Amino acid sequence: MSAFQTKKLPEFKPDLESESFSPGKILLATLKRDVKLAFRRQSDWVNPLIFFLMVASLFPLGVSPEPKLLSTIAPGVVWVAALLSTLLSMDSLFRSDFEDGSLEQILVSPQPLYFVVLGKVISHWMMTGLPLTLMAPLLGVMLFLPFEGMGGLVLSLLIGTPTLSLVGGIGAALTVGLRKGGVLVSLLVIPLYIPVLIFGTAAIEASLTGLPVAGHLALLGAMLVMGLTLAPLAIAAALRISVSG
Amino acid sequence: MSEPLLIVKKLFCERDDRVLFDQLSFDVSAGDVVQIEGQNGSGKTTLLRILGALSRHYEGEIYWKGESIHDDSLAYRNDLLYLGHQPGVKAVLTPEENLRWFMALHPSLDVGQICHALSEVGLRGFEDVPCHMLSAGQNRRVGLARLYLSQALLWILDEPFTAIDKQGVAAQEALLLAHAERGGAVILTTHHELNLGQFVRRVNLDKQVGTK
Amino acid sequence: MPRWFYQLASPRWCYQITGRLLPGFAIAALLLLMIGTVWGLAFAPPDYQQGNSFRIIYLHVPTAYMAQSIYLTMAIAGAIGLIWKMKVADMVAKSCAPIGAALAVLALATGAIWGKPTWGSWWVWDARLTSMLILLFLYLGVIALNSAIESESTAAQSTAVLALVGLVNIPIIKYSVDWWNTLHQPATFKVTEKPAMPPEMWIPLLIMVIGFYCFFAVVLMLRLRNEILHRERRTSWVRELLLQMRG
Repeated sequence: MSAFQTKKLPEFKPDLESESFSPGKILLATLKRDVKLAFRRQSDWVNPLIFFLMVASLFPLGVSPEPKLLSTIAPGVVWVAALLSTLLSMDSLFRSDFEDGSLEQILVSPQPLYFVVLGKVISHWMMTGLPLTLMAPLLGVMLFLPFEGMGGLVLSLLIGTPTLSLVGGIGAALTVGLRKGGVLVSLLVIPLYIPVLIFGTAAIEASLTGLPVAGHLALLGAMLVMGLTLAPLAIAAALRISVSG
Repeated sequence: MSEPLLIVKKLFCERDDRVLFDQLSFDVSAGDVVQIEGQNGSGKTTLLRILGALSRHYEGEIYWKGESIHDDSLAYRNDLLYLGHQPGVKAVLTPEENLRWFMALHPSLDVGQICHALSEVGLRGFEDVPCHMLSAGQNRRVGLARLYLSQALLWILDEPFTAIDKQGVAAQEALLLAHAERGGAVILTTHHELNLGQFVRRVNLDKQVGTK
Repeated sequence: MPRWFYQLASPRWCYQITGRLLPGFAIAALLLLMIGTVWGLAFAPPDYQQGNSFRIIYLHVPTAYMAQSIYLTMAIAGAIGLIWKMKVADMVAKSCAPIGAALAVLALATGAIWGKPTWGSWWVWDARLTSMLILLFLYLGVIALNSAIESESTAAQSTAVLALVGLVNIPIIKYSVDWWNTLHQPATFKVTEKPAMPPEMWIPLLIMVIGFYCFFAVVLMLRLRNEILHRERRTSWVRELLLQMRG
């Protein structure tokens, strides 16, 4: 046993708490980590995009390829497709962290969970909502959305999809402890998505008819601000409950 | 050092209509290595999760330095290193990236120590290999490398030696001892026979009573 | 915290007190609902526009109203359970969900029946009906989550969080649906904006609403007592109770 005794650990630092915690730092670190993870597991973010494209192309096949009809339903179709793709990607937000124990590590760390969660949700948006927004004009063209509507389409998705990620995160956090979370997340979250859907499509329709879009975007923005402040709290509480169970 | 660091008072926990432990009391002082013993399903992991403030499905009280661990949870988490049943190692990240994330979660630690920690657990040369290409034992070692980085007073380790070879276990035992000697405390579960002799105190869950 | 609050937290005390309250509420519910129904369906004057078909409001309005209040009750009970770790509050929240969902279904069904003579179709995407439909979805989500989680306390906490999130969202949903409705529907569909009701019409409605409240209290207490017995089945007082009942 004496052989082991030679091993020495550094002494405890006298005052650990003197290091102040910086919320910005942990948020950035979480963001970087999750984006890196997403890039290494491409299916997580590529699949919802492909799904987005596929769902939108079902409508001409299922309804009618007639340009006039398609252009009237285009705002709704693109928004519904974006909503469903976000839902599809939602389940993976916390699942792998839950399964490999990373989530426990986050919970026992002295970091404020609020900012870690916010970082995770923002990175989720960067890997789903943002690409969806960038891809949306392509779908707009496929569905004969008039050019005037493109601005409203992109802007409404740009401001609306982060709210989808935030609200969806609550559903993901509540179901992360369950073996089959997928469909359940959708059941919990779809009713909460309805306001975003209503104002998102309304913004596109307003820009199509030449009405001012700013009001709709402001409402979407207000929902985003509310989501940014409240959703991470709910997600953090839900994660503690799920891990505790 | 007379005042115990962690005091567990009259802990009661039941899962699925089964009482895991009742009236479980013990305390842990600086320099203690406490091994939680019990058969499979006796609630060892549950107890460690409760002590790690992860699970709140219990009745009773737990104090850290005189404060309830949930009342002053930040101070407790500052002093805590918890290594769960799952090592918390991301398969698509390399060992170094995994430890960097650990450092991000514990910003007071020195990032420069990562290389040293990895070589201590025998992963020198594997810094840039994604963890899913490493063996189970090596993955476990990535998790254990945190012990070399940590400045936490209390270590809670759930089966830290799973999939670790004999040499590795010996090195880890020495590490636990060194941690105890510098005034730290360890609570762990393991199926290995600990080679630490009189240093280990045991808490047996089969009898549901704390023994000293 | 006052003493009664802690007493309420004891399932045993709660079981006893609900046992004493139950008959009173049951009689009140029965009387009020009978008076209200007979008055509303037989004696209240017919509506000057809709004739006798308006009489379904004596069912539709109280059920729709109850579906909303029960969600509020559920969310508040859930919050109390979350914050003060009160088991009884968890049980109240759990007992509320199916009652609320059932009343939401009733409100939707009576709304559809009302819609047929008024709008000429069983379903119209009217703002109130749509909001009620979304409320039903929220209930279904709560029930689905509660039944998916095996551990009782985890299920209670998770559903409480979900109910609270839903509660925060309900005004936003209501506002957005109202707004969406004015955007897409011509104003002629609005049946709800009418001159004030004469007392002969709204008094029976009020009686029905109070009757439904009592009815809700009765069903809630029955479900709650059941839940208490189930969860406390291994305690000595429940065993004694069972022995007494067997004689």
